[in-house]
Amino acid sequence: MTHPDFRPGRIRPAPENFLSGEQIKEVAAGRRDFLRNAFLAAGAAMAAPAAMASGSKAAGDPAILNLPEWSTTLGQPVATNPYGMPSKYEAGLVRRESPGLTRVPGSSVSFAPLQGLFGIITPSGLHFERHHQGWHDVDPNRHRLMINGMVKTEAVYTMDDLMRLPSVSRIHFIECGANTGMEWGNVAVPTVQYSHGMLSCSEFTGVPLKLILDMCGADYKKGRYILAEGADGSSMTRTIPMEMVESGEVLVAYGMNGEMMRPENGYPLRLVVPGVQGVSWVKWLRRIEVGDMPWGAKDEAVHYVDMMPGGLHRQYTSIQECKSVITSPSGGQILLDKGFHNITGLAWSGRGKVTRVDVSVDGGINWMPARIEGPVQSKALTRFNCDWVWDGKPYILQSRAVDETGYVQPTYGQLRKVRGTSSIYHNNAIQSWKVSESGEVGNVQVL
Amino acid sequence: MSRFSKTLIALSLAAGVTSAAAFEGYPGIGRTATPAEVQAWDIDVRPDFKGLPAGKGTAADGEVLWEAQCASCHGIFGESNEVFTPLVGGTTKEDIKTGRVRALAEGGFPQRTTMMKVPTITTLFDYIRRAMPWTAPKSLSDDDVYALLAYMLNLAEVIPFDYELNEQTLREVQGRMPNRNGMTTDHGMWPGAPASQGGMGNGGIPDVQNVACMTNCKDKVELVSALPEHARDAHGNLAEQNRVVGPVRGQKTVEPPVAPAAAPEAAAPADDGKGFAAAKAKGCLACHGVDKRIVGPGFKDVVAKHRERSDAAAYLAEKIRKGGMGVWGPVPMPPQGHVTDEEVEAIVKWLLSGAKAQ
Repeated sequence: MTHPDFRPGRIRPAPENFLSGEQIKEVAAGRRDFLRNAFLAAGAAMAAPAAMASGSKAAGDPAILNLPEWSTTLGQPVATNPYGMPSKYEAGLVRRESPGLTRVPGSSVSFAPLQGLFGIITPSGLHFERHHQGWHDVDPNRHRLMINGMVKTEAVYTMDDLMRLPSVSRIHFIECGANTGMEWGNVAVPTVQYSHGMLSCSEFTGVPLKLILDMCGADYKKGRYILAEGADGSSMTRTIPMEMVESGEVLVAYGMNGEMMRPENGYPLRLVVPGVQGVSWVKWLRRIEVGDMPWGAKDEAVHYVDMMPGGLHRQYTSIQECKSVITSPSGGQILLDKGFHNITGLAWSGRGKVTRVDVSVDGGINWMPARIEGPVQSKALTRFNCDWVWDGKPYILQSRAVDETGYVQPTYGQLRKVRGTSSIYHNNAIQSWKVSESGEVGNVQVL
Repeated sequence: MSRFSKTLIALSLAAGVTSAAAFEGYPGIGRTATPAEVQAWDIDVRPDFKGLPAGKGTAADGEVLWEAQCASCHGIFGESNEVFTPLVGGTTKEDIKTGRVRALAEGGFPQRTTMMKVPTITTLFDYIRRAMPWTAPKSLSDDDVYALLAYMLNLAEVIPFDYELNEQTLREVQGRMPNRNGMTTDHGMWPGAPASQGGMGNGGIPDVQNVACMTNCKDKVELVSALPEHARDAHGNLAEQNRVVGPVRGQKTVEPPVAPAAAPEAAAPADDGKGFAAAKAKGCLACHGVDKRIVGPGFKDVVAKHRERSDAAAYLAEKIRKGGMGVWGPVPMPPQGHVTDEEVEAIVKWLLSGAKAQ
């Protein structure tokens, strides 16, 4: 560990990994005679077969010895891409649909590539999508927000009006109530993108709905519910508890991660309901009605109802309970090699802050505390990390989050005992990833 | 349709009016909504029938509309599973009496249809009116909505074919909805006071209690499910869904899984250690991991792929001597002239013995 060249586990350095661990150890020990052969072969493979003819003897890493084009040519000018795009090498990390999950792309979902994301903020272009009747790019100057129902003054606001009001910016997660829904009964998908990717976290900017309802003179005594309605074809509606509006947390938001909301996320206006499932974060928000009972909308009477054993459905399930998942190493990945690995993942709770995350590598028999990366925010994604040295043997990785109410993320066994396997929604079970001796990581379920 | 044309007139009038209400604290922001504006957008219908418009229709009226506007997605009888989950099916006359759909409890029906789940008739009216038909939402008149709803309810045998559904009779039909007693709000996923104190839900009490045990938390790991092998590439090539740099790569799911470390001992020829030593000495390990792909395939992958060949030894020896391209992708393996015949033989022997790192 003291020798600078000796990095345990990192036994496949550039270019494309041409030293074995044993070879590195030999370097550390001062034996270098074998290197000549190794370099010869590596150089040949890199430039084969043309370079073979030259017969030149490599004296080191071709990535160092042969200057790349970016070091020897002129680069591109500023504003080549007026709206910047990710590197071409990042093309694999995009929103994806799960084949066969839905049959109508206008009423479907695309999943965020959690397996490759860092920190807690989801890049806006990778934010998961769920539309109920397709998405539109709504003209902000023709968009209106109406407040009606149990208010003194039924009112209309333009986007100009709303953007003149005092704003707040807050970081919150949004998770679809059906996230991990395919996995209630058994493993169904290979990667964390599909198992947990109906999850994103952004900084939202907007106006607390309470401020607007105060302006309109809402009857908070009798009006204990609000209806939020979208301007899309489905004019999607959901009932929201007034308690949450009164807390000041519910926002009428137009900003996301420093720019305007993306069309797929509700441009120019969406409701932000921290801690509550995504379907309640009504997009293209056009109307808020204050009322004295829930509305029994399609998405709270036919869908987003959780079937329990015995056939009874839970209605108006809204809060996303404490949950976590290891995003790397995770299903569908393969570890580069033995040695050091950072187990990293995300934890969140719809009831407040995540207070701790534990990680197990033996399928939940023993646990170790993970490091939580601050700042920890209420109803926001929280990044955790945990050191791990892989010795090439099989392991089962799990993470388990605890929130500030003391609630501990449950196991599959505990959840299924109460809710069975047909509920579709609100699966917050501890996720297991099996690391095989080959280094391949697979999705498995442990009770 | 008249509702919408009235709306247009009202909106154009409103546009010329600066009826800025003096909202407390934020002068100049927002204005009072006109009654016509509220009427145009406030189209929701609640379970207590608030918002239900006047109108009427029978299943007979609805049938014509259904076949023209709905059947292409939902099927003539609302039974189609082609585009959406079936609307109708799975409910019985007994369910209409009890208000609980038995098939939800006992299974026996392949899908959970809309009629099996929906407890409130207003939900259907509200949704058809605001969101249907799929490509032309809000184009139906209120009478159309009554007629289509009557047609659906008739398919589910909730009402007769000639039953007139209107703003009065719809309330009565609520008492025949097959799953009207099939919902509960007794759970902890709604905030605020419990139902006993005027709220909804149980006051936020979770239904499962795990504990944050740290050591020896259970005797054994019950692994109950894993992704079936046939589903390995059901989501495409995972290698292309992961970053090309970093601590991990995506699995090449278009190829078979990396062979497990241990080869069957009985079938494997004895290995004297010379082959691995030669592979190491001649730089083979620069491009081939024992367990994993580097530039070329991992040795265990090579073995897994070719060991069943009757000419495996000759084939592998030839590949080492002359190189090749295309079997494992586009990156060529150059001829390995610096490996002697003796070494080739040893390496092949080592490969066929299971390619164990030593």
